[in-house]
Amino acid sequence: MERLSNLSYKNQRILIIFLFSLVPVVLLLTFSYLPVFKMFQYSFTSWDGFSKNMEYVGFDNYKTIFTKPEYFAVFKVSLYYFFATFVQMGLALYFATILSFNVRLKNWFKGILFFPTLLNGVAIGFIFLFFFKPEGTLNTMLDLVGLGAWQQKWLLNPHLINISLAFASVWRYMGMNFIIFLGAISSIGSDIYEASEIDGANRWHQFRHIIIPSIKKILQLNLILAVSGAIGVFEIPYVMTGGSNGSGTFVIQTVDVAFKYSKLGLASAMAVVLLGIVVIVTILQRVLIKEEK
Amino acid sequence: MHTFKYTAASFFKYLTLVLGALAALIPILVVFFASLKTNAEYASTGPLTLPENWLNFSNYTKAFVDGNMLLGFMNTIIIVLISIAGATLTGSMMAYILARFKFKGSKLLMGAFLLATLIPGVTTQVATFQIINSLDLFNTRWAPILMYLGTDIIAVYIFMQFLDSISESLDESAMLDGASYWTIYWRIILPLLSPAIVTVIIVKGVNIYNDFYTPFLYMPKSSLQVVSTALFKFKGPYGSQWEVICAAIMIAIIPTLIAFISLQKYIYNGFAQGSVK
Repeated sequence: MERLSNLSYKNQRILIIFLFSLVPVVLLLTFSYLPVFKMFQYSFTSWDGFSKNMEYVGFDNYKTIFTKPEYFAVFKVSLYYFFATFVQMGLALYFATILSFNVRLKNWFKGILFFPTLLNGVAIGFIFLFFFKPEGTLNTMLDLVGLGAWQQKWLLNPHLINISLAFASVWRYMGMNFIIFLGAISSIGSDIYEASEIDGANRWHQFRHIIIPSIKKILQLNLILAVSGAIGVFEIPYVMTGGSNGSGTFVIQTVDVAFKYSKLGLASAMAVVLLGIVVIVTILQRVLIKEEK
Repeated sequence: MHTFKYTAASFFKYLTLVLGALAALIPILVVFFASLKTNAEYASTGPLTLPENWLNFSNYTKAFVDGNMLLGFMNTIIIVLISIAGATLTGSMMAYILARFKFKGSKLLMGAFLLATLIPGVTTQVATFQIINSLDLFNTRWAPILMYLGTDIIAVYIFMQFLDSISESLDESAMLDGASYWTIYWRIILPLLSPAIVTVIIVKGVNIYNDFYTPFLYMPKSSLQVVSTALFKFKGPYGSQWEVICAAIMIAIIPTLIAFISLQKYIYNGFAQGSVK
């Protein structure tokens, strides 16, 4: 590196810009943009992933997805997780708000509420498998508080399974939203609260007129992430149910179609459809949010 | 009247906090209880019953040995260390040139990284798999390492944010002494970035430790198992020995708990910064 200092700063600049961006750009192209390109290409073939020649079949894969209900059903499952995100964000916002004011044992509550987010996804799957077992934690607790009649087979009943799984998902990600909101709320200067108190504002007024407007951007960002999050659900249902009983999500199905049944073309077409949905929703939200302003 | 209203609100506040804390803790606590029970004890008691012997670690030994957890931890550590070291270097280099130099294409570069994050990783897995395969990286540790390294705009963002607070006059005075840009980056910028590096290490470390999808898909070979995939293997064969599975769950959780307790302050900041900006 001694020789570098012999170059003029102008040449050094060119060299360092090139060298420093080389590895990240190569990685970016190989693992982000090339896969998207390949995905589009595969989606028009009937490729199995192994054979040497790819046969182009036009829009056949897309026809299959939109005409066979079993391929589209997974999106209904996503809706459970999508709605669960709102529950999750509501809880996170509530706890972040009360914990940003004076509370006893504040740090303990903060730590306990946040901790689940740090846990291993597979471990969480097992924890909730244990929680929802017929003789598991939830049913035992219901019995204990006199609600024995409410006991259910949480993971065997097709009407309940996705709600149970979405609950596990809320448990897992609530802490993440909570800590983000808490960080945003605590960056609001205390003088604003003091001024509002002189004007006679109560906690609700403060929440409505100070807190919500200052964290609006983060709320919106989280809403956008909620869509891709709901579609990208994999670990919890895969570990807990393997996607059985109508709990299969989009990612579970894609993995099955691609790697279990070796229909790479079809799986790619599914991924293209998914990407399309995410792009449309993102654009829609951008437009709606802009109009609001 | 006012005090009554205040007390009621305060009561409600603490009630919800306690309920929230219980909801967060109970699912983990019962697993901990079960992990300390003997097989007969597990079968005859409910999940909320405390274990008879708090020092019965036989399930832990069994889970650790049968699940070959040591191997899982070894592989995880190797992957975490290399990925994080790489991501810190490439991320800070990228941030350095983007924050300090105005050049043609810097906006394009930034935009390319940003756009990439909008593409959900899960959608492109099928095609990514083929790329990994054609690079002959399937069933090697390099597959997840390269994927964790690539396209990390979050790290770049955190570094850029922090670089803004490092005065450019430092760079300039170093240049008066004849330091090269490399020396400035390596001797001045990188050491000053250390708080941001801690943030990136924590956020990335937690993500990699907890990831299941990537190692499951790209390294199915059992000698390459990581903590997640080692744990997943308990599903099925141990269906009748939940007390062993529970011990395995605890083995996977304990490192996280230790890290959380010892790094609490940094972890909160790290996650708030890492996910917002």
